[in-house]
Amino acid sequence: MNNETLLMAIDTYMVKTTCSNVDAYGMLNVNINHTELLGLIEELKTKHGFIYLTDICASHYPEKKGIEFEVVYHLHNLVGNQRVRIKVALPESNLDIPTLTGLFVGANWMERETFDFYGINFTGHPDLRRILNMDDMDYHPLRKQYALEDETRTDKNDTFFGR
Amino acid sequence: MSELIIKNTGQMISTETIDGDIATLNLGPTHPATHGIFQNILKVDGERILSAEPTIGYIHRAFEKLAERRPYNQITPITDRLNYCSSPINNIGWHLTVEKLAGIEVPKRVDYMRVIVMELARIADHLVCNSVIGVDTGALTGFTYMFQEREKIYELYEEICGARLTTNLGRIGGFERDFNDIFHAKLNKFLKEFPVNFEEFDKLLTRNRIFMDRVIGAGPITGERALEYSFSGPNLRAAGVDYDVRVMNPYCSYQDFDFDIPVGKDGDTYDRFVVRQDEIRQSLRIIRQALEKMPKGDFHANVPELYLPPKEEVYRSMESLIYHFKIVMGETTIPAGEVYYSVEGGNGELGYYLVSDGGRTPYRLHFRRPCFIYYQAFPEMAVGSVLSDAILTMSSMNVIAGELDA
Repeated sequence: MNNETLLMAIDTYMVKTTCSNVDAYGMLNVNINHTELLGLIEELKTKHGFIYLTDICASHYPEKKGIEFEVVYHLHNLVGNQRVRIKVALPESNLDIPTLTGLFVGANWMERETFDFYGINFTGHPDLRRILNMDDMDYHPLRKQYALEDETRTDKNDTFFGR
Repeated sequence: MSELIIKNTGQMISTETIDGDIATLNLGPTHPATHGIFQNILKVDGERILSAEPTIGYIHRAFEKLAERRPYNQITPITDRLNYCSSPINNIGWHLTVEKLAGIEVPKRVDYMRVIVMELARIADHLVCNSVIGVDTGALTGFTYMFQEREKIYELYEEICGARLTTNLGRIGGFERDFNDIFHAKLNKFLKEFPVNFEEFDKLLTRNRIFMDRVIGAGPITGERALEYSFSGPNLRAAGVDYDVRVMNPYCSYQDFDFDIPVGKDGDTYDRFVVRQDEIRQSLRIIRQALEKMPKGDFHANVPELYLPPKEEVYRSMESLIYHFKIVMGETTIPAGEVYYSVEGGNGELGYYLVSDGGRTPYRLHFRRPCFIYYQAFPEMAVGSVLSDAILTMSSMNVIAGELDA
């Protein structure tokens, strides 16, 4: 199965056409709505052999109003050796997305990590707690508004090259 | 027989009781048997483990956040500290990711040199894991001998890049220098002497009746379950699934080499041990082939905007000075785009998900760390077994704290 046939299969399954493209490096990108996520991944897993969940992560685009967050899933079909990337855009006001733990046990910690760093709320997750950071931390550190370096520092003046 | 129940929190508990007197045991964070800093809160009844709750993050260093502020060539030292038992694989994996994003083609010679280094790193990684399994079963001897061999591999790294543990090896586009004669001499000596010592180590354990009784059946996992947990690397192959990134998606010309993927059957500690032993032999095969077929050519790609020019040229020519300045100040341009690239690390599929907006640093970098993903299966593999088996399960999974916590 190549990218075109997979895309056709996804398009037949989805009611409305998905916004998708093949990136410059040969991986199929599929952008979907969070309500369609569970159905599509179950379809891919049961009918198209994508039995291996490679990775879950998120990214933050504060300048894209209304779709500030993006949850990224990488799936792998080990028999046909094909990978697919599924992206779900979420607004900052509503970070709910269904959990994949029902389909892949291994999604558990990946989702906890994503929650820890971005505050994505995986609804239905059995144990959505912080995993790498302290439990009493009150923010999600990989969001872009938290600068890496303390902005109140005055002892460092690198006008030309310090960023 | 015991029965496993999955509670609604996703936690496994065992219904088997010995005397019903349940104790809570803190295994870690600093415990010699965890070989790293992570905690497990065990509920034990006698020696039988009823539930395990892992806590990780003790050495979390926010690599993904750090990477968002560093130019591409300054991220290599961060990757050293992921799986520090096989840093060169992490370094080269990162270089390959950036090269893929920037569309750089490297000469065949670079591929072969990288393959040699990565397989050496794999040997070092597996040696640590397997000799530590020996230590945890009470056989310290093999460990002391194999650490001498690991030391020789570190000396080889030293000849290539000057460092031993956190190697920062290679550059985007190739290597900073060619393999020198001392390296070749040391590598040939290693290839002659190591297999002898290694087979001796193998004889100490692999068919040793005491060792076999101890590890067979300890911490098993089925292939289906391992796939559900997104296992990769030797742990997945020990469960009988022959997924290896080197063969599935060959990078660095791995398709040029003739080697086998060892697979196990039961996914228990013994299978993981034997799979790693066999992979060491296969790695030696690959190194020999790479040395034999090593093509002539340059040791780096011709990408002046990303690869530092020789120092003497920096003093003489204007272009070199400009490129040197731009690279050192982190002003290189990498095209915008996103890419997922993975290599077969010591523990499994080590992936880099990189989003670039065309700026000087990555917009987003996510490490797919195999340890982090498969360690969550530890409670399931340990619950119901005795405490000493749980220790073995943990050491045979080869959980490296640096990779676990990133």
